[in-house]
Amino acid sequence: MALSIEQDARRFRQIVRGQIKRNLRKYIANRELIGRRGKELVSIPVPQIDLPHFRFGHPRGGVGQGEGEVGAPIGQGQQPGGGDGPAGDQPGEHILEVELTLQELAEILGEELELPRIQPKSKNNVEGSVVRYTGLRRVGPEGLRHFKRTYREALKRQLISGSYDPSNPVIIPIREDKRYRSWRNYPRPESNAVIFYMMDVSGSMTERKKELVRLTAFWIDTWLQAHYRNVTIRYIVHDAAAKEVDAHTFYHIREAGGTRISAAYELCHRIIQQEYSPEEWNLYAFHFSDGENFGNDNRRCLNILAQGLLPAVNLFCYGQVQNVPGHYFIETLSQLKDEKLALANIRVANDIYDAIRIFLGKGY
Amino acid sequence: MNGLSLSPELATLQETMEAYAREFGLDFFPVRFEMLDYRMMNQVAAYEGFPVRYPHWRFGMEYERLSKSYSYGLHRIYEMVINNDPCYAYLLASNHYVDQKLVMAHVYGHSDFFKNNLWFAHTNRRMLDEMANHASRVRRYIARYGQDTVENFLDACLSLDNLIDPHAVAIQRRPAQGREEAEDPRPVTVRRFKAKEYMEPFLNPPEFLEEQRRRLEEAQKQEERLPPAPERDVLLFLLEHAPLYNWQYDILDMIREEAYYFAPQGQTKIMNEGWASYVHTQIMTRWALEPNELIDYADHHSGTVAVHPGRINPYKLGLELFRDIEDRWNRGAFGPEYQECQDLEARRRWDRQLGLGREKVFQVRRIYNDVGFIDEFLTEEFAREQRLFTFDYNSHRGRYEISSRDFQEIKRRLLFQLTNFGRPIIEVVDGNYGNRGELYLVHRHEGLDLDVPFAQDTLRNLFTLWGRPVHLETKIQGGEKTAIFSHDSTGPSVLN
Repeated sequence: MALSIEQDARRFRQIVRGQIKRNLRKYIANRELIGRRGKELVSIPVPQIDLPHFRFGHPRGGVGQGEGEVGAPIGQGQQPGGGDGPAGDQPGEHILEVELTLQELAEILGEELELPRIQPKSKNNVEGSVVRYTGLRRVGPEGLRHFKRTYREALKRQLISGSYDPSNPVIIPIREDKRYRSWRNYPRPESNAVIFYMMDVSGSMTERKKELVRLTAFWIDTWLQAHYRNVTIRYIVHDAAAKEVDAHTFYHIREAGGTRISAAYELCHRIIQQEYSPEEWNLYAFHFSDGENFGNDNRRCLNILAQGLLPAVNLFCYGQVQNVPGHYFIETLSQLKDEKLALANIRVANDIYDAIRIFLGKGY
Repeated sequence: MNGLSLSPELATLQETMEAYAREFGLDFFPVRFEMLDYRMMNQVAAYEGFPVRYPHWRFGMEYERLSKSYSYGLHRIYEMVINNDPCYAYLLASNHYVDQKLVMAHVYGHSDFFKNNLWFAHTNRRMLDEMANHASRVRRYIARYGQDTVENFLDACLSLDNLIDPHAVAIQRRPAQGREEAEDPRPVTVRRFKAKEYMEPFLNPPEFLEEQRRRLEEAQKQEERLPPAPERDVLLFLLEHAPLYNWQYDILDMIREEAYYFAPQGQTKIMNEGWASYVHTQIMTRWALEPNELIDYADHHSGTVAVHPGRINPYKLGLELFRDIEDRWNRGAFGPEYQECQDLEARRRWDRQLGLGREKVFQVRRIYNDVGFIDEFLTEEFAREQRLFTFDYNSHRGRYEISSRDFQEIKRRLLFQLTNFGRPIIEVVDGNYGNRGELYLVHRHEGLDLDVPFAQDTLRNLFTLWGRPVHLETKIQGGEKTAIFSHDSTGPSVLN
């Protein structure tokens, strides 16, 4: 039975979504969210939902009951009484923690940034299947017995054989009458995706720049994971040479060498060739760098991109985390005209919003 | 109602428990019990005990919170009861038989309290129907004016719903409604003493006369003001003077009515729960408990009265106070002779064999509210026995610490927490501030500053209702500086 309060609960969630949407730009630039992400849920601090009242400022104490000397600490970890509701630490904000599924968060992201839904490349050879109980058969476990059909069969048989007595309508099914539900496997095309994250970890990539990369990657993950059932993520770091690493190393490694971007592109291309056939996989490649490349390496990068990577992938994105004006790698890439190529400058956290729009706005 | 009626077994139990309750001397509204599963229980709890409320998201928010906490096993609502005639009470279907017994005994305590405690005397005993009426009226307004419009207005009203005068129901603060015809201001005349001419400057000194004249003029001006005296019932002031559409007036009126209905429950939290716990312990241990139920009963009872260091458990404090009162009046440990006795040992063994305890607790449950209850009956011995303390935040060590076990301090803090529901007292002082139709409120500062961000947001809501700029005068920095927070069409501002 539907409860009348569910209408109120729905309205509440609607308001929460509205608040998140309105403040999405702030959330996107906020590193806090990464730590709040679980396997399926992300907990989001939403300001200004609770109704404000005139009330006293921070309740700093009260009356309690129990043992202990003066000066003894009381109940660690629990909010002592006196006030009601959590107090926000920012002026003008009363904060409520709301849990959203990643799916919901992706939807909000999509609606607000007006991102087109991704049409996965149709892949016929990668298939999952789904089991549906649609048919009937004469044998099967008793747990699957179809009562109504069995009854009907028994009734039919008894009518034909003349053993049905309308004044005493007792129906006794025998083994031949019994019908069981049976299942069929329905093939279902399933699309899988691989995300390659490539990052420059040369000496000039500071912590701050890596943080920008990490935030951008968080939102890209959220969006792509909402569209594909299986998403594999591979991480490649490079300075003058490239290697594949795990997620933790990716964000924390520090190297001190120079920069040769082509090394990363080559490695990425090699992995694709060896492991992921472009016919079967939706491939996404994201590269982040501060754009300082060895001058003579640029031509090589363009070659690999044009000949190898771009034809294979759904999308290739380059994000440049550099806030000093000058001539950088992004200018080199912009010579390349390809609709699968997306370029964005991410100077500060607020640029991430637009970068995501550029990257994912193509809908590939 | 959407609950199930009681099983035959529980219906019989109810009859038995009701008989015990009468035997104990309780005088209660008839009680209707309903069985609910946990989902419906959460719904009713989110609706503050009522089966139907007007549509509003904050109920949904509370419902989500309760559902989540229930599914994590953090809480379990045992009992809920509403002040109505007949009294409605809910039982959780999945509870054990002995729990239901305990809950029933507890509920009869509440029902007796609702009926007899004077602070509940003014409440509408048909509130169940009234709430349903409110719900259907709000639904109608939503259908007519749109969800967002009505909801925004409700939000604004609800954020002000603690600006009532909880004592107004018992006193007449001002002449009944209706404005008198405006008279021409009478000329101010100062009465003077009859005096011989040579005594005149001594009996009627001119500076005194001048001062009197000023005071009278001031009083006359005050009378012309709006409101004539500072008005604590801000909601009433808004109803009478804010430019509201009829539907807005109706909604604000509903919110105010509900606020007054719920107010006594806030005023008597400790007494109400204490009394119900006192009743259930008496009924259970004297009559109702079977030997095989003892362990379960003891377990659940002690869960209810468990002590948490960081807050006062109203069940525990109330129960112990009632027991203490009963014990003291049985022994005759009250009155001037007892008060003056300085010998601790003699005080402890004091026994005049008066046996007035039972009579006294019944009287106390009738005429006190929490503030009076604590003020009158919380003794130094009691505070020591119950290990009460005050705690404060030690910013040096970043934790809450026990700050004192001093009796006066404990009592002062406890009373402060209970006064005006632990909310600031705010009054309308001028409804035509600066002769510009602006609203001027004053916070009566008593040592604690307002939460400024909350105050500013609340002012915004007040501005929504009043339609002209609104101001709130308060003190900041621990009461050292006066500040005026304002809100007008350009947004919030501060003057200090």
